[in-house]
Amino acid sequence: MATIRELKRRITSVKSTTKITNALQLVAASKMRRAQDRALQSRPYAEKLQLVLAGLATNAGGEDEARHPLLESRPVKNIGLLHITPNRGLCGGLNSNLNRSAGTFVATAEEPAAVVAVGKKGRDFFVRARAQVTAEFTEMGDYPTQAETSAISRVIMQDYLAGTIDRVYLSYAEFVSTANQRPTVRQILPIAPPRMDSLEQAEEFRAGYIFEPSPDQVLERLLPRYIEMQIYSAVLESAASEQSARMVAMKNATDNALEIQRDLTLTYNKARQEQITTELLDIVGGAAALEE
Amino acid sequence: MPLTVEIVTAERVVRTESGVDMLIVPGTEGQLGILPRHAPLMTTLAPGELVFRRGNDEESFVITGGFMEVRNDRVTILADAAEAAEEIDIARAEEARARAEGRVRAAREGHGGDIDLARALAALQRSSIRLKVAGRKRRLGYPSPGPR
Repeated sequence: MATIRELKRRITSVKSTTKITNALQLVAASKMRRAQDRALQSRPYAEKLQLVLAGLATNAGGEDEARHPLLESRPVKNIGLLHITPNRGLCGGLNSNLNRSAGTFVATAEEPAAVVAVGKKGRDFFVRARAQVTAEFTEMGDYPTQAETSAISRVIMQDYLAGTIDRVYLSYAEFVSTANQRPTVRQILPIAPPRMDSLEQAEEFRAGYIFEPSPDQVLERLLPRYIEMQIYSAVLESAASEQSARMVAMKNATDNALEIQRDLTLTYNKARQEQITTELLDIVGGAAALEE
Repeated sequence: MPLTVEIVTAERVVRTESGVDMLIVPGTEGQLGILPRHAPLMTTLAPGELVFRRGNDEESFVITGGFMEVRNDRVTILADAAEAAEEIDIARAEEARARAEGRVRAAREGHGGDIDLARALAALQRSSIRLKVAGRKRRLGYPSPGPR
């Protein structure tokens, strides 16, 4: 019977698919752990930086606010979008969710947007959509380093300081949990610095230290670092999201493939049994005919 | 009470060290020595060598700039990049220095295209410091570090 052979062929094919998805799942799981660790390790630095920045930037408000170009908001003519995506697919709905969220953002923005794409999937999307892609970074590995991300920060800050873009947004996959990654778009420039709870607290913070060379100069060095840090941690978070999404997608694929395997094996055994029964009946029938 | 020093970069916590008697750091305004009971201080750091001193023992690190906070005998160094002297990859630093020298020369002679002189100089400075620190370590005949 041809269907038996056909069934056997399909079982073999599903089996080899299972092997691939299972291997991808295991690889993604171990990469995920490392990517999450890296995201965690950057936290002490980020927290300290935030605290110092909050202490220095919380002040009497008003005109004094705009003492650094990275803090100053100006009339918005053009916006920039830094879009961070994976380089590869096979990670479930992550890429399309990210691209949809960024695409909607650009389409509904009032000002024309220039896109800086990190990752092939996002670049391809905006190139296809005929958006203005001013720079792309597609050579990043699974564990991005600060050296790689500071090149991105440099491009962004240069464009911002030159006035080609007046406001910059960051689009990335926020890592909520292994099962949940949230596409997020948020503003990074001009910097809305973290705030201390009250002015008194900030003044107390500033009065508690000797600043060298001066509070303003420390702040001036701190602000570009803060942007670099934000971009670095968004890239790390995206990497952790990518691996998690891939692991979950591949786990589902493996589970599905195993289920198909079970169903096919059952059908195969039934067909085989039927064939044997038919053959037996034939033999019994034949023997009975001979006896007559 | 001796100092507790923590060096952190964006990528990792490089070192947490307690019982330090004196800390020497490259401030942007010049070298700074931090002793126990130092007044609270917040300062920017320049690329350079950072030294822990504990009794007669010294340990040095290279940092490429950053910030330092001193408070209650706790020192937190937020470094752009930091590595222990024995971690320095000499071959890589030499390569970086040669490359940076080439770029500086090209930029000075005006045929460097869009090479940024300031950045090339900064790269040259970083690689030179790495080599300097790594070189001194070797000359002093410290035992070579075993595998970690």
